[in-house]
Amino acid sequence: MSASATNVAQLLFRYVLRVGDLSLVLGQRLGEWVGHAPVLEEDLGLANIALDLIGQARLLLAYAGELEGRGRGEDEIAFLREQGEYLNPTLVELPNGDFGETIVRQVLIDAFQLELFERLTNSADEQLSAIAAKAVKETRYHLRYSSDWLVRLGDGTAESRARVQSALERLWPYTVELFEEDELDREMADCGIAPRLGEVRAAWSKRIEEVLAEATLERPRERAYAWFGKRGEHSEHLGYILAEMQYLQRAYPGARW
Amino acid sequence: MDPAMHDKRQWPLFEVFIRARGGLDHKHVGSLHASDARMAIDHARDLYTRRQEGVSIWVVRSTDITASEPEEAEALFEPARDKIYRHPTFYDIPDEVKTL
Repeated sequence: MSASATNVAQLLFRYVLRVGDLSLVLGQRLGEWVGHAPVLEEDLGLANIALDLIGQARLLLAYAGELEGRGRGEDEIAFLREQGEYLNPTLVELPNGDFGETIVRQVLIDAFQLELFERLTNSADEQLSAIAAKAVKETRYHLRYSSDWLVRLGDGTAESRARVQSALERLWPYTVELFEEDELDREMADCGIAPRLGEVRAAWSKRIEEVLAEATLERPRERAYAWFGKRGEHSEHLGYILAEMQYLQRAYPGARW
Repeated sequence: MDPAMHDKRQWPLFEVFIRARGGLDHKHVGSLHASDARMAIDHARDLYTRRQEGVSIWVVRSTDITASEPEEAEALFEPARDKIYRHPTFYDIPDEVKTL
């Protein structure tokens, strides 16, 4: 392999982690709803989405392991990295809040993942394109589920509307990071592996606009933002997630079902 | 009183029908609670098609189903009992016909 090809593989490794860690951390977060959702049917609904996300993470992290070429498998990458090596955006590591807040976060992320995966199906990287083709179908359903709920809650009672509007105000600043293009994003876009984030943002924005209008919610104003989860600089919340998620593998290395 | 409304905190009940494969009928598989028909479809998808059980879902409000009364069973079903000539068992089926 030539020097530049090795370089691309290493960049691609980091990019695939970025996409995969988003699914992994959000899946872990959503899993916290199991046994706690308002009704049994929603318990299953959220668990199903969580499992879809964990499934995406498995494919992506296993692929990242191949790209890295150091013999690490999906489990080692998922369970044995340090906090600073996780490249998920901060939004997905935030606590679930109430059901309404979880739904708001879900709409924001589902719409992002949908626009991203749709474009990744055309990626110059075949493996990434194949994973995206599978994930995009799941994500379409996730967005249907979450946006239906946002419309019900937003266009619901005064109480439900106030709760989701305030969750929207709280979470909105964290969406800036999703579209902030750094060197890695640029490099991947130049190689035709990943889409331009500006393009993803425009499509996302339009989609969110429509859902918010139907839910009679107001789009928050843009505010300055200073979180860099996708560069490995995380909020205090990720540590707690990792402590719980990694406990078993660290206490019993190599444990299997 | 509408039985679905006896507890306002509870979502109404829906009956779920799943078509397992193209060409088959929708079969009743169970029931679930949902606030409206679209949510019922979502819940049915999550509850009853997790293991590829179906390709199509019908949902209907349980209160929209009219059922025969158990007390009327005699009047409704007994008269058919002694009319065995209604079963097509008196025909000679040619050996060549395999799929009847």
